[in-house]
Amino acid sequence: MKARVTVTLKTGVLDPQGKAIEGALKSLGIEGVDSVRQGKVFDIELSGSDKAAAETALKAACDKLLANTVIENYRIEIGA
Amino acid sequence: MKAAVITFPGSNRDGDVAKALKQAGAEVAHVWHADSELPAGTDLVVLPGGFSYGDYLRTGAIAGRAHIMDATRAHAARGGYVLGICNGFQIACEAGLLPGILVRNAHLKFVCKRQHLKVERNDTPYTRSYAAGQAIDVCIAHGEGNYIADAQTLARLEGEGLVAFRYADETGAVTPEANPNGSLNNIAGIYSPGFNVLGLMPHPENLIDSLVGGTDGRGLFESLVSAKAA
Repeated sequence: MKARVTVTLKTGVLDPQGKAIEGALKSLGIEGVDSVRQGKVFDIELSGSDKAAAETALKAACDKLLANTVIENYRIEIGA
Repeated sequence: MKAAVITFPGSNRDGDVAKALKQAGAEVAHVWHADSELPAGTDLVVLPGGFSYGDYLRTGAIAGRAHIMDATRAHAARGGYVLGICNGFQIACEAGLLPGILVRNAHLKFVCKRQHLKVERNDTPYTRSYAAGQAIDVCIAHGEGNYIADAQTLARLEGEGLVAFRYADETGAVTPEANPNGSLNNIAGIYSPGFNVLGLMPHPENLIDSLVGGTDGRGLFESLVSAKAA
């Protein structure tokens, strides 16, 4: 089973890296970019086929390590 | 004073902090991150500076989950001293020993320079050799030293007097110009509510010998050793 965990910065948390990327996009002449926020994506291979168990395990993984919930939110997507 | 200096993969200031502790009269043991127990009789656990795990994921995130951190949390819960310097401060925050988090410097640059700090109070085990309000001259070297916490946490830190050091100018004035990384309220270091855990971004262990430019860092290590003896 494959899963994707996406970790993003919470609203209001300053993201200097996103700002720098935004500036670089603008300097490349890419039109219409209002703002950029940088996040992280984790593609995870899971053994077993129980989606509920996978969801529980991934939630624990996010809370314990993948995200720092002081500043970050996470989203879990479980595929086939 | 028996100190245990933890070495994580990528720690690089463990030797310097051991030297500073020995100079102040402490006995120092080096402990590997994968160990699960601290040496018997450990008074102080030191999480040294460096780049544990290459700063992968988030600074201090992986080291903060190392085996030795369970023993370190138990030690802190018993009231034992834990000192986190630079990457060690980041590890302490990730391990839940201190609130908040250190993020990328606001201007995105790695800063490596001499830096004055205002000592907020001198009635703690870490600062009794200093004067309250004293400006000390130490140094900083970090890319992720920008301290942030939610408004409620920040209010609690300020209200309970848990800010240990603030970035300041040479007179001890806490100004926006003296803030090298964007930290909220110029925070350079914070205590746990019991004042037994201290995390700070600056490196007091760099300034312990006039041969290398100053000795203002000595006071922190001497304070700890005398706090233990008292």
